[in-house]
Amino acid sequence: MASLTIENLRKNYGATEVLKGIDIEIDDGGFLVLVGPSGCGKSTLLNTIAGLEEITSGDIKIGPKSVSGLHPSKRDIAMVFQSYALYPNMTVAQNISFGMEIRGIDKSEREAAIQKVADMLQIGELLHRKPSQLSGGQRQRVAMGRALVRDPQVFLFDEPLSNLDAKLRVDMRTEIKRLHQRMGTTIVYVTHDQIEALTLATKIAVLKDGYLQQFGTPAEVYNDPENMFVADFMGSPSMNLIEATVREENGKAAIQIAGDGAGAGDITLPANTPGLRDHMGGKVMFGIRPEALTDPEGADRTGADIIQQDCLIEVVEPAGSDTFAVTRLGGVEAIARLRADADIHAGQTAPLAFNMTKAVFFDPKTTARIR
Amino acid sequence: MSAPSQDNAVKGSIITRAIIYVVLILFVIYYLLPLYVMLVNSVKPLEEIRSGNMMEFPKVWTLEPWRAAWSYAQIGVEPSGLRPYFINSILMVVPAVLLSTILGALNGYVLTKWQFKGHGIVFGLLLLSCFIPFQIVLIPMARVLGFLGISGTIPGLVLVHLIYGIGFTTLFFRNYYAAFPTELVRAAQIDGAGFFQIFWRILLPSSAPIAVVTIIWQFTNVWNDFLFGASFSDFDSVPMTVALNNLVSSSTGVKEYNVHFAGAILAALPTLIVYIVSGRYFVRGLMAGAVKG
Amino acid sequence: MKDRLQEWVPRLVLAPSFLLVLLFVYGFILYTGYLSMTDSRMLPSYGFVGLENYQKLFALRHWNTALTNLAIFGILYILISSLLGLFLAILLDQKIRAEGLIRPIYLYPMALSFIVTGTAWKWFLDPGIGLENVMQQWGWENFEFNWIKDRDFAIYTVVLAAVWQSSGFVMAMFLAGLRGVDNEIIKAAQIDGASGFRIYRKIIIPMMRPVFLSAFVVLAHLAIKAYDLVIALTGGGPGRATELPATFMYSYTFTRNQMGIGASSAIIMLIMIFSIIVPYLYSELKSGEQK
Repeated sequence: MASLTIENLRKNYGATEVLKGIDIEIDDGGFLVLVGPSGCGKSTLLNTIAGLEEITSGDIKIGPKSVSGLHPSKRDIAMVFQSYALYPNMTVAQNISFGMEIRGIDKSEREAAIQKVADMLQIGELLHRKPSQLSGGQRQRVAMGRALVRDPQVFLFDEPLSNLDAKLRVDMRTEIKRLHQRMGTTIVYVTHDQIEALTLATKIAVLKDGYLQQFGTPAEVYNDPENMFVADFMGSPSMNLIEATVREENGKAAIQIAGDGAGAGDITLPANTPGLRDHMGGKVMFGIRPEALTDPEGADRTGADIIQQDCLIEVVEPAGSDTFAVTRLGGVEAIARLRADADIHAGQTAPLAFNMTKAVFFDPKTTARIR
Repeated sequence: MSAPSQDNAVKGSIITRAIIYVVLILFVIYYLLPLYVMLVNSVKPLEEIRSGNMMEFPKVWTLEPWRAAWSYAQIGVEPSGLRPYFINSILMVVPAVLLSTILGALNGYVLTKWQFKGHGIVFGLLLLSCFIPFQIVLIPMARVLGFLGISGTIPGLVLVHLIYGIGFTTLFFRNYYAAFPTELVRAAQIDGAGFFQIFWRILLPSSAPIAVVTIIWQFTNVWNDFLFGASFSDFDSVPMTVALNNLVSSSTGVKEYNVHFAGAILAALPTLIVYIVSGRYFVRGLMAGAVKG
Repeated sequence: MKDRLQEWVPRLVLAPSFLLVLLFVYGFILYTGYLSMTDSRMLPSYGFVGLENYQKLFALRHWNTALTNLAIFGILYILISSLLGLFLAILLDQKIRAEGLIRPIYLYPMALSFIVTGTAWKWFLDPGIGLENVMQQWGWENFEFNWIKDRDFAIYTVVLAAVWQSSGFVMAMFLAGLRGVDNEIIKAAQIDGASGFRIYRKIIIPMMRPVFLSAFVVLAHLAIKAYDLVIALTGGGPGRATELPATFMYSYTFTRNQMGIGASSAIIMLIMIFSIIVPYLYSELKSGEQK
């Protein structure tokens, strides 16, 4: 077990730079999730940690030791691949022990190790099957078994759940988390699924276009996004981002959301964020998560700054545990998350509670957070 | 060709379907006719061919033409039959096919899983080499074979077929390995396997289908080649196709059609057997050779 | 240190093949190109004569016969093989009971050597013992079919034999193409009320464009290289009536000892093939990369 340090990492493919100076540090036993849209560089970053791709500059350390330039097999890592990458011509047992076989470890020791891993993952009865005879979930387990048997300093997971169906994905997610809690090994995990990121990680690194957008705990990334991209990317349904004008109202800052010129009038909401003073009279982006925009009965009563406003409800989407209502704010669709039994209908004008303590603001030009 | 039949079928009356079947059967006859003619007339006495009808069954059955074609027909100056040339072809085909297949497999592996700067150009040049008219290399090749001291020998022919087969074998394996998951190679790297270990332990065990396609393709091409055989062989290294042509087009003496037909079937037999035994792979090779990229 | 070596292993493995091809294909092309501008006759000689051989070549009646023959042969061969191949593929696509039996019969000639094909057709078309004789014996006393002995028609017998050999292969290409057409498109067309051969004409055949292109490239390439078939079927005769560039090159270089002219004819053949193949491969590789 060891910590992982990535220092000013850059990676070029010819003239294109795909990783543009990444700095990440994760403690021993941490669970780092690299998340971002496809093409953001997260898989490349994982591959450079594995040593499957060379870095252009910067450094990667596992524990105190720099591993850049080391062959993948010498970095003391193990990797679980998206497609599982099980060797099709070998049995499960051979798959798990291939690395040991290459290293020349003798047979009895190999078999003991296989047995230990098989017990841990409950795949004992699969050991003599070929990968083609396994189900998706079983393949996933075998792939994890192949990684576990190495007993590495760091586990690397490359979108390991994306080939599973929805139900199995949730089960395996829990299982990976449980495994991490039990073994306490450092994990680096790549996904494009922000829910996976939030549920698994101790630290999340959000990437886009080769830049690290934000690095922090799941709560920090979710509640305190650094910029509009992170705000929009994390959370589902994603944060409502609405254009608003900063005003002075009774000596305090407030934001005004323009009406649609027809039924709905302008909405003015108080805003205490100090940084808004620098934008007085100008435009900002007002960000509010669907759960902070709800029916008055469902609102968080401990919130200090809950403002009710009447809004025209355009669409109602019951989703079992919640009901989502689509309204229009500042000319764009905004989603409110109501209680499941909220009495609300499309076409109706209903009061919605804005929890302004949860509101965040961004500079529309730089997309950076206004604090 | 194992694609499931789907419902493109034209729905028509019984008469339409009858016409379709009749046309299909007419073409079956068209394609089988030359083979039928060869077979029937290879077991007839010569006299019967000259005075009789080519389409009819023999009145007198004889295997003499086959015996002649195989062991004592006049080929060039030697009354040796086709047997020594059949053996020449075997001696030429086996090493040429095996070597070019092995090289093709390694090349395909490198070009897909160990790409380096310029791999595209290397592959492009190998691929383009499949399509040159071989006339363009005849003159310099004759000189190089002479220089190497192997002109007119079977090793010389092996070398020629090896070189001009590499392009196709590389193409086959490259396209096959391109679809082989790169993650498997990466997993093996993390497991500590080296270049040859990955090839030997991970890729090769899954390569049987493409190896069969490649071997069949190369076997057919090399066996059926005439141009290189005619250009670069000598009395004791003449391959089967060239010998057959010598037999058929020799201008001296009586034209022994029945012997010619028996000889032609003998020359066609190896590739025909391969086709009958593994037609599926043969077709796949043809397709792979036609649809590149 | 060991890691560095590992990095070079792939290139070292590829190197022998690449060097062989570089030398024996591209080096030889350059060498032949150079010879085509020399006064080489029986043996290579290095007296530079510029483009004189090419001028001589195109002034030669034999060469022009070869080019005319190639045009006739190439056009007919490609056209008939493609149309016949497509026709047979469509017929075979009608849920034919015995498809598994018929298809291999159409295709087997592709496994034969052109020398075998040539031998079979040579005697089958021979007026003395072949088709003409057969028909006369069967009562059509006036049936005549002596194209193979006729200077004006012999080239068409080459077409006949070549089509026999390759049309089954084209059929297989088209059949694979037809089977690859998205079933849902056909269903949509049927719901739109299109039926039978109209679906083929309006929807399926236009979707076969890539197959037509592949078939064209393969057939054109075979046509330009065609050598063995002519040798076995007609020997280039009667006279020189079925001479093709491939046979011309061989006879001028090796029997007539006009190596310079032979080399220049090989270069012309190369240019013809490359002008078809290179754009095709280029576009195929391009689209392959985008996938």
